[in-house]
Amino acid sequence: MQNAAKPIPAGPAQVPPQGAADQPDHSRRDFLTLATGAMTVVGVAAFVWPFINSMNPASDVLALSTTEVDLAPLKLGQALTVVWRGSPVFIRHRTPDEITAAAAVNLAELRDPETDAARVKKPQWLVMVGVCTHLGCVPLGQAPGDPKGEYGGWFCPCHGSQYDTAGRIRKGPAPQNLVIPPYVFETDTLIKIG
Amino acid sequence: MSTHNSPNSDPQASQSQAGKTNLRNYGLVRWIDYRLPFVGFIEKDLIGYPEPKNLNYWWSFGSLAGITLLVMILSGIFLAMHYIPNTEMAFNSVESIMRDVNGGWLIRYIHMNGASLFFLVVYIHIFRGIYYGSYKSPRELLWIIGVVILLLMMATAFLGYVLPWGQMSFWGATVITNLFSAIPVIGTPITTWLWGGFGVGNPTLNRFFALHYLLPFVIIGVAMLHLLALRTHGSNNPLGIEVRSKADTIPFHPYYTVKDLFSLGVFAIVFAVLVFYMPNALGEPDNYKPANPLITPAHIVPEWYLLPFYAILRSIPSKLGGVLAMGGAIFMLFILPWLDRSRVRSCTFRPIYKVLFWVFVVDCLLLGYLGAKPPEGWYLIGSRLAAAWYFIHFLILTPLVGWFETPKPLPVSISLPVLPSTALPQEKH
Ligand code: HEM
Ligand code: FES
Repeated sequence: MQNAAKPIPAGPAQVPPQGAADQPDHSRRDFLTLATGAMTVVGVAAFVWPFINSMNPASDVLALSTTEVDLAPLKLGQALTVVWRGSPVFIRHRTPDEITAAAAVNLAELRDPETDAARVKKPQWLVMVGVCTHLGCVPLGQAPGDPKGEYGGWFCPCHGSQYDTAGRIRKGPAPQNLVIPPYVFETDTLIKIG
Repeated sequence: MSTHNSPNSDPQASQSQAGKTNLRNYGLVRWIDYRLPFVGFIEKDLIGYPEPKNLNYWWSFGSLAGITLLVMILSGIFLAMHYIPNTEMAFNSVESIMRDVNGGWLIRYIHMNGASLFFLVVYIHIFRGIYYGSYKSPRELLWIIGVVILLLMMATAFLGYVLPWGQMSFWGATVITNLFSAIPVIGTPITTWLWGGFGVGNPTLNRFFALHYLLPFVIIGVAMLHLLALRTHGSNNPLGIEVRSKADTIPFHPYYTVKDLFSLGVFAIVFAVLVFYMPNALGEPDNYKPANPLITPAHIVPEWYLLPFYAILRSIPSKLGGVLAMGGAIFMLFILPWLDRSRVRSCTFRPIYKVLFWVFVVDCLLLGYLGAKPPEGWYLIGSRLAAAWYFIHFLILTPLVGWFETPKPLPVSISLPVLPSTALPQEKH
């Protein structure tokens, strides 16, 4: 590497002159050294990136990214957990009480302020990724006997985060509301997640 | 300076050789040694190497750590011959190691309990270093390299714990990888990258196996640096004063080889009791249930050796704050050489710091206990207090004590530790 920056090929007849006369050459050498160094960094980075990127989700993982769910069998007050991209998705057929409770909350009280209306497409169907936004556990509250926390929604057993009936974070270490996945209603009771 | 860097001609080293069969009498040994000074290295750095003559048994834990690392690598390589890093088959392959593979249960129990003992040994090794001030000049880098080894061990053990793909494997992996999502802006892309998907899954398991195989060999490399730094200024000793003359040292062999072998014997008994009589005592029964991405166990706990850090993580009611506090806990060890302002190394001569040391040990044990309890009520309050004390100890008390504490008079040398009439008030640096 260093040799490449020396401008004069080695040879007995061509001993480079020493001293002040050499000065202008120095800046040229410095430039060559710097340029070579910079190119090396760019080159190495260009080769490192494909290796790093190989660890990102592969095409087959990305291809598994939609799930269809039939909501018709879900009675009022019931909940269903489906799998989307390997993670649980919570679907709750909310009761009118739960909907009013969620809509009545004062946004100023919320850690991650969002209205109930912004979190649903149809108020009776709440669809969210069932992964705690703290460190990724699956909160309890889907099964009838589960603890639902102080706000009647979900309770995360790992470090005690509590979510309300709109899946918004109310208490505990989680920073955000449960995530709403992209989904569309294909018919009145059939949704496609992803 | 003392004599411990003197070359081969060290008379003490040759003395210990005298009368015994000298390997160099063999032509082949001489031929090789001339080209690759292997025997010379063993003579100089192992057999004749002068050590302070007052090392106690706490100095055995370094060699125990090295031996345990080798045990982990050997048992791991044999496990890897039967283990399958695929989410469909991993759990069953480990069960097959336990039931079908000849002696597989023994190899796995050695590997499982070896991990626990590895941490036990290294934690004792670290507390030894704190008590005797081994992190102080000129051994700061030696200490820092040691903390790097601790970090690598934590990573390795975490990755290994994921491999059997039980419930704790899966949810431990989920919680720990999610720690990275606390980083603002790039947190989520980083976790997706770590997983190779949208959650812990098959790509994650596969790469964790590759890395679990790799890191122990990285640890060997870093341990070599650790030893190189150790040999540069030699071992510290229970008095914490410099070696002043040959009279202060004895050759490593046979004195410390014998001492270390005795320690190894005791260690092997403890190891055997764990492996043969209580192989699952330190494990979590939940990890014998196959991983289920839809159900989080009611009670997620890491392995015991990570509990103090887990308690610190949970004591802060904010995601980023908790992660920073946990990282900060280890960072304290990195900067300890500069936090401690006292020029006296050993706690033997530091009446106040010695008390603080023991309070700190209790604090760490308490954090470990609280890390296993649910984070509510008194447990939560307790872990907040204990976590606060951890940082107060390092950031406030350690610098402060070094400043106002009056150390006891130091002995003149290791050979003259009990002659108060000749004792100096302060060691010269
Ligand atoms: C620093 C050294 C090492 C540590 C601390 C360590 C730690 C661990 C731990 C805690 C487990 C989980 C055990 C269980 O609960 O079942 C494990 C599993 C495993 N380790 Fe290691 N390990 C180390 C070195 C190695 C090496 C060098 C290999 C070689 C390839 C290896 C291969 C494996 C395999 C295949 C498993 C899965 C089988 C099982 O779970 O028993 N390990 N390791
Ligand atoms: S993962 Fe849910 S509270 Fe920590």
